[in-house]
Amino acid sequence: MTNQPNHHYFLGINLIKLRKQIFSKTTSRGIVAVIAAVILWEICSRLKVPIIGMIPAPSSVIKSLRALLMDTFYWESWVVSFKRVFVGFIVAQIVGIPLGLAMGISRHFRDLTFPIIEIFRPIPPLAWVPTAVIFWPTPEMSITFVTFLGAFFTLVLNILGGVKNVDIRYVRAAKSLGSSNGDIFWRIILPATFPSLFTGMTVGMGITWEVVVAAEMIASRSGLGFLTWRSYIAGDYPVIVIGMISIGVAGYLSSALIRLLGGRLTPWLKII
Amino acid sequence: MNNHGNKENGNHNGSHPGAGHLEIQAVSKAYGVGPLRQVVLEDCSLTVESGKLTVIIGPSGCGKTTLINLLAGYDTVDAGTILIDGNPVRGPGRDRLVVFQETALFPWMTTFQNVVYGPQVRGEKHKGNLEAEAMELLRKVGLADFRDKYPTQLSGGMQRRAELVRALINTPKVMMMDEPFRGLDAMTRELMQEYYVRLFEEHRLTNLFVTSEIEEAIFLADRLIILSNRPTKVRTVIEITLPRPREFTMLTSREYLNYKQEALEILHQEAMKAFASGSQAAVADFLEAYSVTRSTEKTEQKP
Repeated sequence: MTNQPNHHYFLGINLIKLRKQIFSKTTSRGIVAVIAAVILWEICSRLKVPIIGMIPAPSSVIKSLRALLMDTFYWESWVVSFKRVFVGFIVAQIVGIPLGLAMGISRHFRDLTFPIIEIFRPIPPLAWVPTAVIFWPTPEMSITFVTFLGAFFTLVLNILGGVKNVDIRYVRAAKSLGSSNGDIFWRIILPATFPSLFTGMTVGMGITWEVVVAAEMIASRSGLGFLTWRSYIAGDYPVIVIGMISIGVAGYLSSALIRLLGGRLTPWLKII
Repeated sequence: MNNHGNKENGNHNGSHPGAGHLEIQAVSKAYGVGPLRQVVLEDCSLTVESGKLTVIIGPSGCGKTTLINLLAGYDTVDAGTILIDGNPVRGPGRDRLVVFQETALFPWMTTFQNVVYGPQVRGEKHKGNLEAEAMELLRKVGLADFRDKYPTQLSGGMQRRAELVRALINTPKVMMMDEPFRGLDAMTRELMQEYYVRLFEEHRLTNLFVTSEIEEAIFLADRLIILSNRPTKVRTVIEITLPRPREFTMLTSREYLNYKQEALEILHQEAMKAFASGSQAAVADFLEAYSVTRSTEKTEQKP
């Protein structure tokens, strides 16, 4: 779409900008802060400070991590959780995007579907776990279904809001210039909803990770959530910390991916 | 509405010499129902002559934008008729294009994509020709280097110029400008007026320009229509016979100052009338009229 020079770009990332970001003052301050926090945590742990001191010290966590990195179960947990999140998330996009757009465009369709969505939306995805386990044939499918729900409702409502908020001036201008209804949909309404779609995806991705971890603790014997829960049952406290941090990193990576996609989808918002 | 055939979708290539004659006949428009009902236009009639630049000036809130929306087909009249070259206006069409005060450029398209949007969706014009034509127009308004920028990357003045080009490339029968330069700083505004008046003098499309700025109005106009306060009607039509091409040096000519004096007096009367009627909008109108008078004092004219 845009005529950007390509030699600075890799996978849609501006490498020069990335290098600047990595070596910026903000980044170095951030690194210093993290190192300081880890040192403080180690000290608290050694001094047996109440509450905080109960958490395993960084030194013991690192020792466990070294062993865990060799363990295939750890990596399988990553793969399994990622798969659940992404399958649920992608199915939510496939179902939710057309549904949200249709609801935004057609008043009749909105009147028919909105009440149903509004009845189901307030039910937390985790409240679906028992039902999901009963009516889906495999536990895998039930967990994926619950993650799907986590992303689905936010997405639909964001897109619906996006379509309804498309500025009338754009539609009018497009009509004056001779657009067909198809042009108005594909070239005006659709791109105009990209920012809300992107917001819906970002929020949805966050909810998806929350949901998958909890669902794994309740109804599964695999994944990062289960890894963390199992370590608690087994009393292997350093691994609990590793599980938590792993979930944090996984969520961060997923959000970064969405941001990257969103930036590609809405190039006109990137530049100020 | 009557059943005349609407020829607006016919083929027209190139400009339309002598086309774009707008006839607004006894048009009324009200918004709201019951006690909230507000009559904006009542029995309003006026003519926009083809190939001329008609400027409409009137106190703020007098229904100028409503009139533009009706002409563009974004809204329908309650009573009366609007004819373009004898055919009733029905819905939006590429023969009547509007440039608004706030930009309506599509934010997700670059300047170039915005400009070629009209011909593209109508499947007109060969790709190469279209690009050449678009670039030619962009060059004329000094935007050639900004063809691949998004509207958010353009200044207010640039956005307005891009929008002008986006409309112009469709060679509409009528170009409608709804206070397009409002909100721009004085320097940019002057520059825009110059770009605009050059484009008009070159293409000679029928132009309808709405403003509340008296100096701008006289500088641009062939015909100046002064509207009265609500109910909005034509108060006076002044034929401005300043020579074309228009130059800013004319702003100090005796002829220009006479026109300004004449227009100011009428506008002042209207503002005072509105003020006396005690309506809330009248206070704003009065202040606006007052600021106009003050700017005359600077040019050493009696208010």
